[in-house]
Amino acid sequence: MSINIESIHQENIKTDLPDFRAGDSVTVNVKVVEGSKERIQPFKGVVIQKKNTGISTTLTVRKISGGVSVERIFPLHSPNIESIEVDRPGKVRQARIYYMRELRGKAARIKERKV
Amino acid sequence: MNGILAKKLGMTQVFTEQGESVPVTVLEAGPCVVVSHKTIDKEGYKAVQVGFGLKKESRSNKAEMGHFNKAGVSPREHLAEFDVVDLDAWPVGKEFGAADFADVKQVNVSGISKGRGFAGTIKRHNFHSGPRSHGTHNMREPGSISANSYPGRVFPGKKMAGQYGNKKVTVKHLQVIKVDGEKNLIFVRGAVPGPKNGVIVVRKD
Repeated sequence: MSINIESIHQENIKTDLPDFRAGDSVTVNVKVVEGSKERIQPFKGVVIQKKNTGISTTLTVRKISGGVSVERIFPLHSPNIESIEVDRPGKVRQARIYYMRELRGKAARIKERKV
Repeated sequence: MNGILAKKLGMTQVFTEQGESVPVTVLEAGPCVVVSHKTIDKEGYKAVQVGFGLKKESRSNKAEMGHFNKAGVSPREHLAEFDVVDLDAWPVGKEFGAADFADVKQVNVSGISKGRGFAGTIKRHNFHSGPRSHGTHNMREPGSISANSYPGRVFPGKKMAGQYGNKKVTVKHLQVIKVDGEKNLIFVRGAVPGPKNGVIVVRKD
């Protein structure tokens, strides 16, 4: 009679994830199934938000691909996320940097954060 | 046994092997214990009475203590009856848990829904609300409830405001995602009536 819902969350939460926040440039390695084959597809971009909600934590990664901006939302604890690598920690003042959507070129640079 | 008593622990999400996230309600089913038998000779039907949730002896009255002492089990908070095919397979005092549900695909669950008190038609029957501006006064009103001279009355069962919730609700054909026999947990897809820590009756579908 002492099991609570939090302990059930904890069982399914990944513990080997790097510490990252909005503004960081990351590579998300996603498992993709093509027919019967499975391969890893990296997605490189800037984290524009991380929504901390326990097991359902998500992160939104934004990149410019061929002049078109692409945003993907990943469930952090999904088994389809093979790993996450922090390429370059960024220094931003907001936790949700949606203003990046309006910025292009030189204005869209992010200063590096000293770790 | 076609059912079990459980406690609703709350909702979470689990991932399938394909990486799909599934919303689940976690139920702590058991440990339950058989408290008494209902027999065709005595009560006219065949069933087992099952107890769930430990209770202090000081919280039980003499009648309850007598009932539990007869079965030789410690007092339980909740009791329910379930149909069985063979009474001999479920002797009094036998303990069981969620492991009984290991190969069950679908369940029906019943619980007491959250009470909302005296609720209006919008909350209770999903009526549309009126315009909130432009000088209107029928923002959350039910509107017309019947015509005047014919039929000249309001039909029985007309949806109106009243007590909503705090009533037994059954949700049928819920998919069982996972069963943890050791911890007595049943993971059921979707929502289950009632608050967290509410008592739920789970029946095999």
